[in-house]
Amino acid sequence: MKVSSTERTLNYAILIVFSLIVLTPIFSILVTAFGPANAAAAREGSFHPGNFAEAWVQGRFGQYMATSVLVAVIVVTLAVTLSILAGYAFGTMSFRGEQVLFYLFLLGIMVPSEAIIVPLFFDLRTLGITDTVWAVALPQVAQSVAFGTYWMRAYFKGVSPSVMDAARVDGASKTRILFSILVPMGRPAITTMIVLMFMWTWNEFLIPLVMSPSGEFRTAPLGLAFFQGQYTQGTALLAAAAVMVALPVVVLYFLMQRHFIKGMLEGAIKE
Amino acid sequence: MRALPKPSKTTTAGGPGKRSARQGGALTPYLFIAPALVVYAAFMLYPLARSVHLSLFDWDGLTLATFVGFGNYTDIFADARLRAAFGHSLSFIFFYAVLPTAIGLVLAAVLTRAKVHGLPLFRTLVFLPQVIAMVVVSVAWKQIYAPDGGLNTALRAIGLDVLTRPWLGDYAFSLPAVGLIGTWVSTGLVTVLLLAGMSKIPTEQFEAARLDGAGAVREFFSIIVPAVRAEVTVALTLTIVASLKTFDLIYMTTAGGPGSSTTVPSYEVYRRAFETGQVGSAAAIGVTLTALIFVITLGVNRISERAA
Repeated sequence: MKVSSTERTLNYAILIVFSLIVLTPIFSILVTAFGPANAAAAREGSFHPGNFAEAWVQGRFGQYMATSVLVAVIVVTLAVTLSILAGYAFGTMSFRGEQVLFYLFLLGIMVPSEAIIVPLFFDLRTLGITDTVWAVALPQVAQSVAFGTYWMRAYFKGVSPSVMDAARVDGASKTRILFSILVPMGRPAITTMIVLMFMWTWNEFLIPLVMSPSGEFRTAPLGLAFFQGQYTQGTALLAAAAVMVALPVVVLYFLMQRHFIKGMLEGAIKE
Repeated sequence: MRALPKPSKTTTAGGPGKRSARQGGALTPYLFIAPALVVYAAFMLYPLARSVHLSLFDWDGLTLATFVGFGNYTDIFADARLRAAFGHSLSFIFFYAVLPTAIGLVLAAVLTRAKVHGLPLFRTLVFLPQVIAMVVVSVAWKQIYAPDGGLNTALRAIGLDVLTRPWLGDYAFSLPAVGLIGTWVSTGLVTVLLLAGMSKIPTEQFEAARLDGAGAVREFFSIIVPAVRAEVTVALTLTIVASLKTFDLIYMTTAGGPGSSTTVPSYEVYRRAFETGQVGSAAAIGVTLTALIFVITLGVNRISERAA
Protein backbone atom coordinates (compact mmCIF):
# COMPACT_ATOMS: atom_id res chain seq x y z
CA MET A 1 0.00 0.00 0.00
CA LYS A 2 1.29 3.44 -0.90
CA VAL A 3 1.62 5.83 1.99
CA SER A 4 2.56 9.48 1.73
CA SER A 5 5.68 10.66 3.49
CA THR A 6 3.63 12.92 5.78
CA GLU A 7 1.59 9.93 6.89
CA ARG A 8 4.75 7.93 7.41
CA THR A 9 6.26 10.67 9.55
CA LEU A 10 3.03 10.89 11.51
CA ASN A 11 3.15 7.16 12.14
CA TYR A 12 6.65 7.34 13.55
CA ALA A 13 5.58 10.28 15.71
CA ILE A 14 2.72 8.16 17.11
CA LEU A 15 5.05 5.21 17.77
CA ILE A 16 7.49 7.43 19.61
CA VAL A 17 4.85 9.26 21.68
CA PHE A 18 3.27 6.01 22.85
CA SER A 19 6.62 4.43 23.61
CA LEU A 20 7.47 7.49 25.71
CA ILE A 21 4.17 7.27 27.60
CA VAL A 22 4.93 3.63 28.44
CA LEU A 23 8.56 4.27 29.29
CA THR A 24 8.25 7.44 31.39
CA PRO A 25 7.08 5.80 34.65
CA ILE A 26 9.58 2.95 34.18
CA PHE A 27 12.38 5.38 33.44
CA SER A 28 11.48 7.65 36.36
CA ILE A 29 11.59 4.77 38.86
CA LEU A 30 14.99 3.70 37.49
CA VAL A 31 16.34 7.24 37.82
CA THR A 32 15.06 7.45 41.40
CA ALA A 33 16.53 4.04 42.21
CA PHE A 34 20.00 5.19 41.17
CA GLY A 35 19.56 8.63 42.70
CA PRO A 36 20.73 9.90 46.09
CA ALA A 37 18.91 8.40 49.09
CA ASN A 38 19.38 11.47 51.30
CA ALA A 39 20.92 14.92 51.43
CA ALA A 40 24.32 13.58 52.47
CA ALA A 41 24.39 11.18 49.54
CA ALA A 42 23.30 13.96 47.20
CA ARG A 43 26.50 15.88 47.98
CA GLU A 44 28.56 12.87 46.90
CA GLY A 45 27.14 12.73 43.38
CA SER A 46 24.08 11.68 41.47
CA PHE A 47 24.74 8.03 40.67
CA HIS A 48 24.19 5.59 43.58
CA PRO A 49 24.05 1.90 42.61
CA GLY A 50 24.69 1.20 46.30
CA ASN A 51 20.97 1.85 46.95
CA PHE A 52 20.25 -1.66 45.73
CA ALA A 53 22.57 -3.27 48.22
CA GLU A 54 21.21 -1.11 51.01
CA ALA A 55 17.56 -1.81 50.14
CA TRP A 56 18.40 -5.51 49.86
CA VAL A 57 19.74 -5.56 53.40
CA GLN A 58 17.46 -3.01 55.10
CA GLY A 59 14.28 -4.32 53.49
CA ARG A 60 15.33 -7.96 54.03
CA PHE A 61 14.81 -8.59 50.32
CA GLY A 62 17.27 -11.47 50.33
CA GLN A 63 14.84 -13.37 52.52
CA TYR A 64 11.73 -12.25 50.60
CA MET A 65 13.21 -13.10 47.21
CA ALA A 66 14.15 -16.56 48.49
CA THR A 67 10.55 -17.01 49.68
CA SER A 68 9.22 -15.92 46.29
CA VAL A 69 11.54 -18.32 44.50
CA LEU A 70 10.44 -21.18 46.76
CA VAL A 71 6.74 -20.40 46.19
CA ALA A 72 7.25 -20.05 42.43
CA VAL A 73 9.15 -23.35 42.18
CA ILE A 74 6.45 -25.22 44.11
CA VAL A 75 3.54 -23.65 42.23
CA VAL A 76 5.05 -24.00 38.76
CA THR A 77 6.34 -27.57 39.27
CA LEU A 78 3.11 -28.87 40.76
CA ALA A 79 0.77 -26.95 38.47
CA VAL A 80 2.66 -27.90 35.30
CA THR A 81 2.78 -31.60 36.22
CA LEU A 82 -0.88 -31.78 37.22
CA SER A 83 -1.98 -29.75 34.18
CA ILE A 84 -0.10 -31.99 31.74
CA LEU A 85 -1.66 -35.13 33.24
CA ALA A 86 -5.20 -33.70 33.29
CA GLY A 87 -4.86 -32.00 29.90
CA TYR A 88 -3.69 -35.32 28.40
CA ALA A 89 -6.85 -37.08 29.56
CA PHE A 90 -9.14 -34.28 28.36
CA GLY A 91 -7.33 -33.89 25.05
CA THR A 92 -6.84 -37.50 23.96
CA MET A 93 -9.36 -39.71 25.74
CA SER A 94 -13.12 -39.86 25.84
CA PHE A 95 -14.86 -40.82 29.05
CA ARG A 96 -18.03 -40.42 31.05
CA GLY A 97 -18.49 -36.97 32.60
CA GLU A 98 -15.75 -35.47 30.43
CA GLN A 99 -17.77 -32.34 29.63
CA VAL A 100 -18.91 -31.71 33.19
CA LEU A 101 -15.40 -32.13 34.55
CA PHE A 102 -13.92 -29.88 31.90
CA TYR A 103 -16.41 -27.09 32.57
CA LEU A 104 -15.64 -27.44 36.25
CA PHE A 105 -11.98 -26.66 35.51
CA LEU A 106 -12.95 -23.87 33.11
CA LEU A 107 -14.93 -22.25 35.91
CA GLY A 108 -11.74 -21.84 37.90
CA ILE A 109 -10.24 -19.59 35.23
CA MET A 110 -12.94 -17.01 35.91
CA VAL A 111 -13.11 -17.23 39.70
CA PRO A 112 -11.15 -14.33 41.25
CA SER A 113 -9.00 -14.79 44.37
CA GLU A 114 -11.45 -12.50 46.18
CA ALA A 115 -14.12 -15.20 45.96
CA ILE A 116 -12.10 -17.85 47.79
CA ILE A 117 -9.73 -15.93 50.02
CA VAL A 118 -12.07 -15.42 53.00
CA PRO A 119 -12.96 -19.05 53.80
CA LEU A 120 -9.47 -20.18 52.75
CA PHE A 121 -7.88 -18.03 55.42
CA PHE A 122 -10.19 -19.10 58.24
CA ASP A 123 -10.14 -22.79 57.27
CA LEU A 124 -6.37 -22.95 56.80
CA ARG A 125 -5.89 -21.11 60.09
CA THR A 126 -7.99 -23.79 61.77
CA LEU A 127 -5.74 -26.41 60.17
CA GLY A 128 -2.73 -24.46 61.43
CA ILE A 129 -1.02 -24.01 58.07
CA THR A 130 -1.30 -20.23 57.67
CA ASP A 131 2.17 -18.63 57.78
CA THR A 132 3.59 -21.63 55.90
CA VAL A 133 4.59 -22.02 52.27
CA TRP A 134 1.60 -24.34 51.65
CA ALA A 135 -1.05 -21.74 52.50
CA VAL A 136 0.55 -19.38 49.99
CA ALA A 137 1.36 -21.94 47.28
CA LEU A 138 -1.54 -24.41 47.15
CA PRO A 139 -4.33 -21.91 46.35
CA GLN A 140 -2.14 -20.62 43.52
CA VAL A 141 -1.53 -24.18 42.30
CA ALA A 142 -5.32 -24.58 42.09
CA GLN A 143 -5.69 -21.36 40.08
CA SER A 144 -2.85 -22.26 37.75
CA VAL A 145 -4.12 -25.82 37.28
CA ALA A 146 -7.45 -24.48 36.02
CA PHE A 147 -5.66 -22.49 33.36
CA GLY A 148 -3.02 -25.16 32.69
CA THR A 149 -5.55 -27.95 32.14
CA TYR A 150 -7.38 -25.78 29.64
CA TRP A 151 -4.09 -24.84 27.92
CA MET A 152 -2.70 -28.40 27.74
CA ARG A 153 -6.03 -29.84 26.57
CA ALA A 154 -5.87 -27.49 23.58
CA TYR A 155 -2.32 -28.65 22.84
CA PHE A 156 -3.13 -32.38 23.11
CA LYS A 157 -6.23 -31.95 20.94
CA GLY A 158 -4.01 -30.45 18.26
CA VAL A 159 -1.59 -33.40 18.14
CA SER A 160 -2.10 -35.53 15.05
CA PRO A 161 -3.67 -38.89 16.02
CA SER A 162 -1.24 -40.70 13.70
CA VAL A 163 1.63 -39.83 16.07
CA MET A 164 -0.11 -41.59 18.94
CA ASP A 165 -1.26 -44.47 16.74
CA ALA A 166 2.29 -45.09 15.59
CA ALA A 167 3.52 -45.22 19.17
CA ARG A 168 0.68 -47.53 20.13
CA VAL A 169 1.61 -49.91 17.32
CA ASP A 170 5.07 -50.05 18.85
CA GLY A 171 3.42 -51.10 22.07
CA ALA A 172 3.97 -47.93 24.10
CA SER A 173 1.70 -47.45 27.10
CA LYS A 174 -0.38 -44.28 27.58
CA THR A 175 2.05 -42.93 30.16
CA ARG A 176 5.01 -43.77 27.96
CA ILE A 177 3.41 -42.01 24.94
CA LEU A 178 2.82 -38.94 27.09
CA PHE A 179 6.28 -38.62 28.57
CA SER A 180 8.54 -39.81 25.76
CA ILE A 181 6.65 -38.40 22.76
CA LEU A 182 4.01 -35.79 23.53
CA VAL A 183 5.78 -33.84 26.26
CA PRO A 184 9.04 -33.42 24.27
CA MET A 185 6.98 -32.49 21.20
CA GLY A 186 4.95 -29.97 23.16
CA ARG A 187 7.90 -28.04 24.50
CA PRO A 188 6.74 -24.68 23.01
CA ALA A 189 3.26 -24.96 24.55
CA ILE A 190 4.69 -26.09 27.88
CA THR A 191 7.33 -23.34 27.92
CA THR A 192 4.65 -20.70 27.33
CA MET A 193 2.60 -22.13 30.18
CA ILE A 194 5.61 -22.18 32.54
CA VAL A 195 6.44 -18.56 31.68
CA LEU A 196 2.88 -17.40 32.37
CA MET A 197 2.51 -19.38 35.59
CA PHE A 198 5.83 -18.06 36.87
CA MET A 199 4.78 -14.48 36.19
CA TRP A 200 1.37 -14.86 37.82
CA THR A 201 2.88 -16.50 40.87
CA TRP A 202 5.74 -14.03 41.24
CA ASN A 203 3.39 -11.03 40.89
CA GLU A 204 0.53 -12.38 43.07
CA PHE A 205 -0.35 -10.11 45.94
CA LEU A 206 -3.65 -10.86 47.69
CA ILE A 207 -3.02 -14.53 48.53
CA PRO A 208 0.44 -14.03 50.13
CA LEU A 209 -0.85 -10.92 51.92
CA VAL A 210 -3.71 -12.77 53.59
CA MET A 211 -2.10 -16.17 54.09
CA SER A 212 0.82 -14.92 56.16
CA PRO A 213 -0.78 -12.75 58.83
CA SER A 214 2.32 -12.74 61.05
CA GLY A 215 4.56 -11.57 58.20
CA GLU A 216 6.89 -14.51 58.85
CA PHE A 217 6.42 -15.83 55.36
CA ARG A 218 6.55 -12.85 53.04
CA THR A 219 7.00 -12.88 49.25
CA ALA A 220 8.90 -10.12 47.44
CA PRO A 221 5.85 -8.03 46.37
CA LEU A 222 4.65 -8.15 50.00
CA GLY A 223 8.08 -7.13 51.19
CA LEU A 224 7.84 -4.13 48.88
CA ALA A 225 4.40 -3.16 50.21
CA PHE A 226 5.68 -3.19 53.79
CA PHE A 227 8.89 -1.43 52.80
CA GLN A 228 6.67 1.32 51.39
CA GLY A 229 4.99 1.59 54.77
CA GLN A 230 8.35 2.22 56.45
CA TYR A 231 9.70 4.67 53.90
CA THR A 232 7.85 7.77 52.88
CA GLN A 233 7.02 7.84 49.21
CA GLY A 234 9.54 8.63 46.55
CA THR A 235 12.74 7.60 48.24
CA ALA A 236 15.59 6.04 46.35
CA LEU A 237 15.64 2.87 48.49
CA LEU A 238 11.95 2.17 47.83
CA ALA A 239 12.49 2.63 44.08
CA ALA A 240 15.54 0.36 44.17
CA ALA A 241 13.50 -2.31 45.99
CA ALA A 242 10.70 -1.96 43.43
CA VAL A 243 13.16 -2.48 40.58
CA MET A 244 14.50 -5.63 42.24
CA VAL A 245 10.99 -7.06 42.70
CA ALA A 246 10.11 -6.46 39.04
CA LEU A 247 13.45 -7.58 37.62
CA PRO A 248 13.11 -11.40 37.45
CA VAL A 249 9.91 -11.23 35.38
CA VAL A 250 11.11 -8.33 33.23
CA VAL A 251 14.35 -10.15 32.37
CA LEU A 252 12.37 -13.29 31.56
CA TYR A 253 10.02 -11.15 29.46
CA PHE A 254 12.81 -9.77 27.31
CA LEU A 255 14.32 -13.24 26.87
CA MET A 256 11.04 -14.91 25.97
CA GLN A 257 8.79 -12.13 24.74
CA ARG A 258 7.41 -14.27 21.95
CA HIS A 259 6.18 -16.84 24.44
CA PHE A 260 4.88 -14.11 26.72
CA ILE A 261 2.86 -12.23 24.14
CA LYS A 262 1.54 -15.34 22.43
CA GLY A 263 0.57 -16.86 25.75
CA MET A 264 -1.03 -13.74 27.13
CA LEU A 265 -3.10 -13.29 23.99
CA GLU A 266 -4.17 -16.90 23.57
CA GLY A 267 -4.60 -18.07 27.09
CA ALA A 268 -5.25 -14.80 28.77
CA ILE A 269 -8.76 -15.67 29.84
CA LYS A 270 -7.21 -16.62 33.16
CA GLU A 271 -7.01 -13.01 34.24
CA MET B 1 -4.29 -61.86 -4.01
CA ARG B 2 -3.74 -58.15 -4.27
CA ALA B 3 -6.72 -57.51 -2.09
CA LEU B 4 -5.33 -59.59 0.71
CA PRO B 5 -2.92 -57.17 2.41
CA LYS B 6 -5.66 -54.58 2.74
CA PRO B 7 -7.86 -56.27 5.36
CA SER B 8 -4.79 -57.38 7.26
CA LYS B 9 -3.69 -53.72 7.38
CA THR B 10 -7.04 -52.61 8.74
CA THR B 11 -6.81 -55.23 11.45
CA THR B 12 -3.46 -53.95 12.57
CA ALA B 13 -4.79 -50.38 12.43
CA GLY B 14 -7.87 -51.37 14.41
CA GLY B 15 -5.94 -53.61 16.76
CA PRO B 16 -3.95 -50.96 18.65
CA GLY B 17 -7.12 -48.94 19.27
CA LYS B 18 -8.84 -51.90 20.88
CA ARG B 19 -5.72 -52.90 22.70
CA SER B 20 -5.18 -49.46 24.15
CA ALA B 21 -8.75 -49.39 25.39
CA ARG B 22 -8.15 -52.70 27.12
CA GLN B 23 -4.64 -51.88 28.23
CA GLY B 24 -5.64 -48.53 29.78
CA GLY B 25 -8.95 -49.61 31.21
CA ALA B 26 -11.94 -47.37 31.81
CA LEU B 27 -10.31 -45.83 34.87
CA THR B 28 -7.26 -44.43 33.06
CA PRO B 29 -8.58 -40.95 32.20
CA TYR B 30 -9.79 -40.46 35.77
CA LEU B 31 -6.39 -41.44 37.16
CA PHE B 32 -4.74 -38.78 34.99
CA ILE B 33 -7.22 -36.14 36.10
CA ALA B 34 -7.39 -37.08 39.78
CA PRO B 35 -4.27 -35.27 41.10
CA ALA B 36 -5.27 -31.99 39.45
CA LEU B 37 -8.87 -32.39 40.53
CA VAL B 38 -7.96 -33.04 44.18
CA VAL B 39 -5.90 -29.84 44.52
CA TYR B 40 -8.35 -27.85 42.44
CA ALA B 41 -11.36 -29.04 44.44
CA ALA B 42 -9.69 -28.52 47.82
CA PHE B 43 -8.32 -25.04 47.13
CA MET B 44 -10.81 -23.64 44.64
CA LEU B 45 -14.18 -25.39 44.51
CA TYR B 46 -14.53 -26.06 48.22
CA PRO B 47 -13.59 -22.52 49.32
CA LEU B 48 -15.91 -21.13 46.65
CA ALA B 49 -18.80 -23.14 48.10
CA ARG B 50 -17.75 -22.10 51.61
CA SER B 51 -17.80 -18.46 50.50
CA VAL B 52 -21.41 -18.82 49.38
CA HIS B 53 -22.24 -20.47 52.72
CA LEU B 54 -20.37 -17.87 54.80
CA SER B 55 -22.05 -15.04 52.91
CA LEU B 56 -25.37 -15.98 54.52
CA PHE B 57 -24.04 -15.33 58.02
CA ASP B 58 -23.14 -12.38 60.16
CA TRP B 59 -19.75 -13.32 61.57
CA ASP B 60 -16.83 -11.38 63.05
CA GLY B 61 -14.34 -14.23 62.59
CA LEU B 62 -14.20 -15.05 66.31
CA THR B 63 -17.56 -15.47 68.03
CA LEU B 64 -20.58 -17.49 66.98
CA ALA B 65 -22.04 -16.66 63.59
CA THR B 66 -25.70 -15.72 63.15
CA PHE B 67 -27.69 -16.65 60.08
CA VAL B 68 -28.87 -13.55 58.20
CA GLY B 69 -29.99 -15.06 54.90
CA PHE B 70 -29.49 -12.63 52.06
CA GLY B 71 -28.91 -9.71 54.43
CA ASN B 72 -25.30 -9.29 53.40
CA TYR B 73 -26.38 -9.13 49.77
CA THR B 74 -29.14 -6.56 50.32
CA ASP B 75 -26.50 -4.51 52.17
CA ILE B 76 -24.65 -4.10 48.89
CA PHE B 77 -27.53 -1.87 47.80
CA ALA B 78 -28.22 -0.34 51.22
CA ASP B 79 -24.67 0.41 52.41
CA ALA B 80 -23.45 3.66 50.86
CA ARG B 81 -19.79 2.64 51.05
CA LEU B 82 -20.47 -0.64 49.23
CA ARG B 83 -22.65 1.05 46.65
CA ALA B 84 -19.80 3.47 46.04
CA ALA B 85 -17.32 0.58 45.73
CA PHE B 86 -19.35 -1.07 42.97
CA GLY B 87 -19.86 2.34 41.36
CA HIS B 88 -16.09 2.90 41.26
CA SER B 89 -15.74 -0.45 39.52
CA LEU B 90 -17.91 0.89 36.71
CA SER B 91 -15.59 3.91 36.39
CA PHE B 92 -12.63 1.56 36.32
CA ILE B 93 -14.24 -0.36 33.46
CA PHE B 94 -14.07 2.90 31.52
CA PHE B 95 -10.40 3.48 32.41
CA TYR B 96 -9.20 -0.12 32.13
CA ALA B 97 -11.29 -1.36 29.23
CA VAL B 98 -13.20 1.23 27.19
CA LEU B 99 -10.49 3.88 26.94
CA PRO B 100 -7.64 1.42 26.12
CA THR B 101 -9.83 -0.28 23.49
CA ALA B 102 -10.63 3.06 21.86
CA ILE B 103 -6.97 4.12 21.91
CA GLY B 104 -5.82 0.66 20.82
CA LEU B 105 -8.21 0.58 17.85
CA VAL B 106 -6.99 3.90 16.47
CA LEU B 107 -3.34 3.20 17.26
CA ALA B 108 -3.36 -0.28 15.72
CA ALA B 109 -5.31 0.92 12.68
CA VAL B 110 -2.84 3.73 12.00
CA LEU B 111 0.09 1.34 12.37
CA THR B 112 -1.51 -1.32 10.17
CA ARG B 113 -2.22 1.08 7.30
CA ALA B 114 1.41 2.03 6.97
CA LYS B 115 4.34 -0.34 7.02
CA VAL B 116 6.66 1.19 9.59
CA HIS B 117 9.97 -0.13 10.79
CA GLY B 118 10.36 -0.85 14.46
CA LEU B 119 6.89 -2.31 14.94
CA PRO B 120 8.23 -5.41 16.74
CA LEU B 121 10.20 -3.22 19.14
CA PHE B 122 7.13 -1.05 19.70
CA ARG B 123 5.04 -4.16 20.39
CA THR B 124 7.57 -5.35 22.97
CA LEU B 125 7.62 -1.95 24.66
CA VAL B 126 3.88 -1.27 24.94
CA PHE B 127 3.29 -4.77 26.29
CA LEU B 128 5.88 -4.31 29.06
CA PRO B 129 3.48 -2.87 31.70
CA GLN B 130 1.56 -6.18 31.58
CA VAL B 131 4.46 -8.12 33.09
CA ILE B 132 5.51 -5.68 35.80
CA ALA B 133 4.03 -6.51 39.20
CA MET B 134 1.19 -4.14 40.10
CA VAL B 135 2.97 -3.34 43.38
CA VAL B 136 5.91 -2.01 41.39
CA VAL B 137 3.64 -0.13 38.99
CA SER B 138 2.02 1.46 42.05
CA VAL B 139 5.35 2.57 43.52
CA ALA B 140 6.32 4.15 40.18
CA TRP B 141 3.03 6.00 39.74
CA LYS B 142 2.91 7.18 43.36
CA GLN B 143 6.14 9.03 42.65
CA ILE B 144 4.62 10.66 39.60
CA TYR B 145 1.43 11.68 41.44
CA ALA B 146 3.20 12.81 44.64
CA PRO B 147 2.77 16.48 45.72
CA ASP B 148 6.37 17.19 44.65
CA GLY B 149 6.36 14.41 42.05
CA GLY B 150 6.87 14.33 38.30
CA LEU B 151 3.40 15.42 37.22
CA ASN B 152 3.25 18.52 39.44
CA THR B 153 6.82 19.44 38.56
CA ALA B 154 5.95 19.25 34.88
CA LEU B 155 2.82 21.34 35.37
CA ARG B 156 4.79 24.02 37.26
CA ALA B 157 7.44 24.03 34.54
CA ILE B 158 4.90 24.98 31.91
CA GLY B 159 3.25 27.57 34.14
CA LEU B 160 0.13 25.60 35.03
CA ASP B 161 0.63 25.88 38.79
CA VAL B 162 -3.13 26.18 39.32
CA LEU B 163 -3.57 22.59 38.23
CA THR B 164 -1.09 21.09 40.66
CA ARG B 165 -2.54 19.06 43.53
CA PRO B 166 -1.83 15.92 45.58
CA TRP B 167 -3.44 13.75 42.91
CA LEU B 168 -4.02 10.62 45.00
CA GLY B 169 -5.21 12.57 48.05
CA ASP B 170 -7.77 14.67 46.22
CA TYR B 171 -11.45 13.74 46.57
CA ALA B 172 -12.29 14.67 42.99
CA PHE B 173 -9.12 13.54 41.23
CA SER B 174 -8.01 10.37 43.04
CA LEU B 175 -10.40 8.10 41.14
CA PRO B 176 -9.38 9.19 37.62
CA ALA B 177 -5.74 9.32 38.76
CA VAL B 178 -5.85 5.66 39.81
CA GLY B 179 -7.96 4.80 36.76
CA LEU B 180 -5.34 6.20 34.40
CA ILE B 181 -2.76 3.83 35.88
CA GLY B 182 -5.10 1.07 34.71
CA THR B 183 -5.24 2.68 31.27
CA TRP B 184 -1.45 2.73 31.19
CA VAL B 185 -1.31 -0.98 32.04
CA SER B 186 -4.10 -2.15 29.69
CA THR B 187 -3.46 -0.17 26.52
CA GLY B 188 -0.44 -2.19 25.42
CA LEU B 189 -2.24 -5.53 25.80
CA VAL B 190 -5.21 -4.26 23.81
CA THR B 191 -3.03 -2.72 21.09
CA VAL B 192 -0.95 -5.86 20.59
CA LEU B 193 -4.10 -7.98 20.47
CA LEU B 194 -5.69 -5.68 17.87
CA LEU B 195 -2.47 -5.44 15.81
CA ALA B 196 -2.52 -9.23 15.54
CA GLY B 197 -6.14 -9.15 14.41
CA MET B 198 -5.62 -6.39 11.87
CA SER B 199 -2.57 -8.04 10.32
CA LYS B 200 -4.96 -10.71 9.04
CA ILE B 201 -7.01 -8.27 6.92
CA PRO B 202 -6.15 -8.86 3.24
CA THR B 203 -4.48 -5.82 1.63
CA GLU B 204 -6.86 -6.05 -1.32
CA GLN B 205 -9.67 -4.88 0.93
CA PHE B 206 -7.86 -1.63 1.61
CA GLU B 207 -7.02 -1.18 -2.05
CA ALA B 208 -10.62 -1.78 -3.08
CA ALA B 209 -11.79 0.76 -0.53
CA ARG B 210 -9.29 3.30 -1.83
CA LEU B 211 -10.56 2.76 -5.38
CA ASP B 212 -14.09 3.38 -4.15
CA GLY B 213 -12.82 6.68 -2.81
CA ALA B 214 -13.09 5.80 0.86
CA GLY B 215 -11.02 7.97 3.19
CA ALA B 216 -9.12 6.85 6.27
CA VAL B 217 -12.13 7.35 8.53
CA ARG B 218 -14.52 5.31 6.39
CA GLU B 219 -11.89 2.64 5.99
CA PHE B 220 -11.56 2.49 9.77
CA PHE B 221 -15.27 2.04 10.43
CA SER B 222 -16.24 -0.12 7.46
CA ILE B 223 -13.22 -2.42 7.14
CA ILE B 224 -10.95 -2.39 10.18
CA VAL B 225 -13.43 -2.33 13.06
CA PRO B 226 -15.68 -5.12 11.70
CA ALA B 227 -12.64 -7.28 10.91
CA VAL B 228 -11.34 -7.26 14.48
CA ARG B 229 -14.65 -7.77 16.27
CA ALA B 230 -13.42 -11.02 17.81
CA GLU B 231 -10.23 -9.39 19.11
CA VAL B 232 -12.22 -6.46 20.53
CA THR B 233 -14.39 -8.95 22.40
CA VAL B 234 -11.37 -10.70 23.88
CA ALA B 235 -9.75 -7.36 24.75
CA LEU B 236 -12.88 -6.07 26.48
CA THR B 237 -13.41 -9.31 28.40
CA LEU B 238 -9.83 -9.38 29.66
CA THR B 239 -9.65 -5.75 30.63
CA ILE B 240 -13.09 -5.60 32.25
CA VAL B 241 -12.28 -8.63 34.38
CA ALA B 242 -8.92 -7.05 35.30
CA SER B 243 -10.67 -3.82 36.28
CA LEU B 244 -13.15 -5.65 38.52
CA LYS B 245 -10.29 -7.46 40.27
CA THR B 246 -8.16 -4.37 40.96
CA PHE B 247 -6.80 -4.92 44.43
CA ASP B 248 -3.03 -4.42 44.72
CA LEU B 249 -3.22 -1.05 42.96
CA ILE B 250 -5.78 0.30 45.45
CA TYR B 251 -4.04 -1.28 48.44
CA MET B 252 -0.74 0.33 47.46
CA THR B 253 -1.83 3.76 46.23
CA THR B 254 -4.88 5.03 48.15
CA ALA B 255 -6.18 2.26 50.45
CA GLY B 256 -9.63 3.22 49.17
CA GLY B 257 -9.26 6.84 50.21
CA PRO B 258 -9.47 9.71 50.66
CA GLY B 259 -12.65 8.81 52.53
CA SER B 260 -14.11 6.06 50.41
CA SER B 261 -13.52 7.84 47.12
CA THR B 262 -11.47 5.08 45.48
CA THR B 263 -12.59 1.95 47.28
CA VAL B 264 -13.53 -1.05 45.11
CA PRO B 265 -15.29 -4.37 45.86
CA SER B 266 -12.07 -6.39 46.01
CA TYR B 267 -10.59 -3.93 48.51
CA GLU B 268 -13.80 -4.09 50.58
CA VAL B 269 -13.51 -7.91 50.67
CA TYR B 270 -10.05 -7.55 52.21
CA ARG B 271 -10.95 -4.68 54.55
CA ARG B 272 -14.10 -6.29 55.91
CA ALA B 273 -12.72 -9.81 56.32
CA PHE B 274 -9.33 -8.94 57.80
CA GLU B 275 -9.59 -5.44 59.27
CA THR B 276 -13.11 -4.65 60.43
CA GLY B 277 -14.40 -8.14 61.27
CA GLN B 278 -17.34 -8.33 58.86
CA VAL B 279 -16.51 -11.75 57.46
CA GLY B 280 -19.97 -12.64 56.13
CA SER B 281 -20.26 -9.33 54.33
CA ALA B 282 -16.79 -9.81 52.80
CA ALA B 283 -17.80 -13.25 51.51
CA ALA B 284 -21.00 -11.82 50.02
CA ILE B 285 -19.02 -9.13 48.18
CA GLY B 286 -16.62 -11.78 46.86
CA VAL B 287 -19.49 -13.92 45.61
CA THR B 288 -21.22 -10.92 44.01
CA LEU B 289 -17.97 -9.91 42.32
CA THR B 290 -17.59 -13.43 40.92
CA ALA B 291 -21.18 -13.42 39.65
CA LEU B 292 -20.55 -10.03 38.05
CA ILE B 293 -17.43 -11.33 36.29
CA PHE B 294 -19.43 -14.30 34.96
CA VAL B 295 -22.31 -12.15 33.74
CA ILE B 296 -20.03 -9.62 32.06
CA THR B 297 -17.86 -12.28 30.41
CA LEU B 298 -20.93 -14.10 29.07
CA GLY B 299 -22.64 -10.83 28.13
CA VAL B 300 -19.74 -9.41 26.14
CA ASN B 301 -19.33 -12.70 24.30
CA ARG B 302 -23.06 -13.00 23.61
CA ILE B 303 -23.26 -9.48 22.21
CA SER B 304 -20.28 -10.04 19.92
CA GLU B 305 -21.73 -13.35 18.69
CA ARG B 306 -25.03 -11.68 17.84
CA ALA B 307 -23.30 -8.79 16.09
CA ALA B 308 -21.19 -11.14 13.98
